[in-house]
Amino acid sequence: MHIRHLNLINFKNIQQAEIDFSPGINCLVGENGAGKTNVLDALYYLSFCKSYFNSIDSQNITHEQEFFVVQGQYERQDEDEHIYCGLKKSQKKHFKRNKKEYSKLANHIGLLPLVMISPADEQLINEGSEQRRKYIDGVISQYDKPFLDDLMRYNRSLMQRNATLKQLKESGARDYSMLDLWDEQLEQLANRIYNKRIDFIKELVPVFQKYYAYISDGKEEIALNYKSHLHEGDLKRQLLEVRSKDTILGYTTRGVHKDDLELLLGGYSIKKIASQGQKKTFLIALKLAQYEFIQKHNGIKPILLLDDIFDKLDDARSNRLLQLVSEDVFNQIFITDTNKAYLVDIVKRTGKDYKVFDVAGGQVLIEGEEE
Amino acid sequence: MTTSSYPSKLLESAVNEFAKLPGIGKKTALRLVLHLLRQEKEMAFKFADTIHHMRQEIMYCKSCHNISDSETCHICADANRDNTLICVVESIRDVMAIESTQQFTGIYHVLGGVISPMDGIGPDDLTIGPLLEKIKSGDVKEVIFALSTTMEGDTTNFYLYKKFEKYNVATTTIARGVSIGDELEYTDEVTLGRSLINRLPFEKTL
Repeated sequence: MHIRHLNLINFKNIQQAEIDFSPGINCLVGENGAGKTNVLDALYYLSFCKSYFNSIDSQNITHEQEFFVVQGQYERQDEDEHIYCGLKKSQKKHFKRNKKEYSKLANHIGLLPLVMISPADEQLINEGSEQRRKYIDGVISQYDKPFLDDLMRYNRSLMQRNATLKQLKESGARDYSMLDLWDEQLEQLANRIYNKRIDFIKELVPVFQKYYAYISDGKEEIALNYKSHLHEGDLKRQLLEVRSKDTILGYTTRGVHKDDLELLLGGYSIKKIASQGQKKTFLIALKLAQYEFIQKHNGIKPILLLDDIFDKLDDARSNRLLQLVSEDVFNQIFITDTNKAYLVDIVKRTGKDYKVFDVAGGQVLIEGEEE
Repeated sequence: MTTSSYPSKLLESAVNEFAKLPGIGKKTALRLVLHLLRQEKEMAFKFADTIHHMRQEIMYCKSCHNISDSETCHICADANRDNTLICVVESIRDVMAIESTQQFTGIYHVLGGVISPMDGIGPDDLTIGPLLEKIKSGDVKEVIFALSTTMEGDTTNFYLYKKFEKYNVATTTIARGVSIGDELEYTDEVTLGRSLINRLPFEKTL
């Protein structure tokens, strides 16, 4: 699958742009703040109905404008797909596939798979466990819709259990029958979520290690370690054990909402010991593994967006990375960089079809084209 | 519009009363009040009387807790209905929905909601006690759960199931699956997945 043509109006700093892409590699070059990443974000919009960076839709409209339009023409399994996303200030977002409006945006997600690798991914390493659960759950729900439903039900039950705990705390009552009820619900859902996360990570780890070894030239030993209270068995029993503690705290201290993914380099936490370049390699390998996963379960090669990917990587790693993504496993690729000569040089060496776009002040022009 | 802009205190208080209703804002409230003012006096009085009467005289069926004009609602009082078969629903609206199918010959039990600690609703706020009494009496053969398919609905089902387990009563729940006339490809995966797990012998669908 690939996108042939993109049409933007008032999207972030890009007032107007019409771009014809290469089915191979597309390089977006320009200075900081030129709008390179905004082009990638527009592609992200067309796949996920929202921005990768800013969850408030209206803030993606160009300043002092009233609306934005993002339109893309895709070729998907030999069929043309025309995707339209339009937003007018203080109105509902319109999202259409081949001129037909979606009744639920969730129905669109998954149609045009896409993986974005961006400097913002660093929060996966540096921030709390929530980010890592979000990563895991995000990938699983792309191919397993019932999983998403279980997850939403789990979170709902958790909120209800916490509300019950607070009521018990305030009233000082000793009647725990309501807690029994929510514990029961939580356990069933937690078991299903836990098993799916385990299966996913089991399948993810070797792919991830393969990519990391490739980019780093096999010098480093890395691991992903899934941490969960459910490793210790029966959640219902555990919830019973912490019941008095939970009642005092007013929230639930055990369960899959506390799961984490430990990221290890040579047996130590990557957050603490890894260099910037190693962290970046780690994240890239994780995202490429995600790519392979989606492709395997979806049967479609996602679009790959590489935002400022070579920053912090040494030349050897940059070269190997680009060699890797130009292999046939991957399909259409978008790369942003500030250094045109450097980027074009390594892209040329892949031997793939490519196009270079100059981005400046919200204008996107194909290389050599005059304004 | 500021509150002080009303030319009459009477008008203002009427508007405020209407604006308390769900889905009605100040502007709609004003439109409704002005409409009532334009009508013949009799009509407005009748309107007020009807509401007064409704609030004053309406009753809840002492058996099923459905809204009723008499102590026992017309469904419970109907000798043709099978009172060994009880359908448990959240509210009167569900009773109306099921009645309009004309497929159900048993009686109802209106719970008045579902268990939701976040909204401050516990089992004691629902009419579970009277339902349990009915089951204890041994006259009930089957209880059908027809609550929403939300987490709270499912949890309430489970709570009731645990309560009724030890009595000699069958508990069932309404089927969940693909809507009649729906195309399969447009059915959401969760529903479709459930429909497959809970598939039926074909003879039963004839």
